[in-house]
Amino acid sequence: MAALLRTRLFAVYVVLVAATCVSWILGADHGSGSHTTVAAIVLVVAFVKVWLVGHEFMELGGALQPLKGIFEAYVVVVLAVLLVLYNVV
Amino acid sequence: MSTPSARARRSPGEVGIWVFVIGDMIVFAVFFAVIVVLAAEQPDLVRESQARLSVTSGALNTILLLTSSVLVALAVRAAREPGAAHHLRARKLFGFALACGLGFAVIKAAEYGTKIDAGLVPATNDFFAYFYVFTAIHLLHVTAGIGVLVWLMRLSGRPALTAKDRMLIESGASYWHMVDLLWVVLFPLLYLVN
Repeated sequence: MAALLRTRLFAVYVVLVAATCVSWILGADHGSGSHTTVAAIVLVVAFVKVWLVGHEFMELGGALQPLKGIFEAYVVVVLAVLLVLYNVV
Repeated sequence: MSTPSARARRSPGEVGIWVFVIGDMIVFAVFFAVIVVLAAEQPDLVRESQARLSVTSGALNTILLLTSSVLVALAVRAAREPGAAHHLRARKLFGFALACGLGFAVIKAAEYGTKIDAGLVPATNDFFAYFYVFTAIHLLHVTAGIGVLVWLMRLSGRPALTAKDRMLIESGASYWHMVDLLWVVLFPLLYLVN
């Protein structure tokens, strides 16, 4: 169990759960900023999480091209399109 | 702890699973865009509708899927090790991941029940139409994933795993990670962004 807690995968998992809690708090408390700013932050955090799941859990960080490139392009392009559609950039 | 540079660079799983995973991710990207366009065009409707959702249910389900995903990633690594003890560990880890997947389905079913009891159905408005359609499609993926995890438990429990067995385990695991990854975006879009 102690060995498990020292793994890179567990560290990534802790970051992912922490990021979920940050989004949860930000999304539930819109009084702390404009809706647009909060939406942009929540979306960026979501796609950082997607990248982490893909890079670490799906092992795409060590994958061959073009698979790795397709995944990374997906993360960047879909996030950019959503931000544009939401008129926050 | 091995890093990509320390081990041979290779893609996990079979090519076919990646064609499916990338294709499915693109389909869901269209769903994401549809939700964002609704939020941009009808912010009041989305805000009022989201206020009637349980953010706690959505967040708990996110944590359940993230937990299942890390357990699956650990199981894949255990299955790569030689020896029955490692494979038994992989089987247990897949079993815990399966429990998380079942927990997700139970919470989602309870959430549907609560919303329907409150009169919030797909015909209520555009937001709830999208909410039910997109989460139901995702729930179908979770249901299929639960079947995949049962299969991975059986496969990984073998005392000796062949290269093909390990490839199949990686393929099944990649599918489950995709299920997690899609929810990671659906949750904030449906419950938080308005």
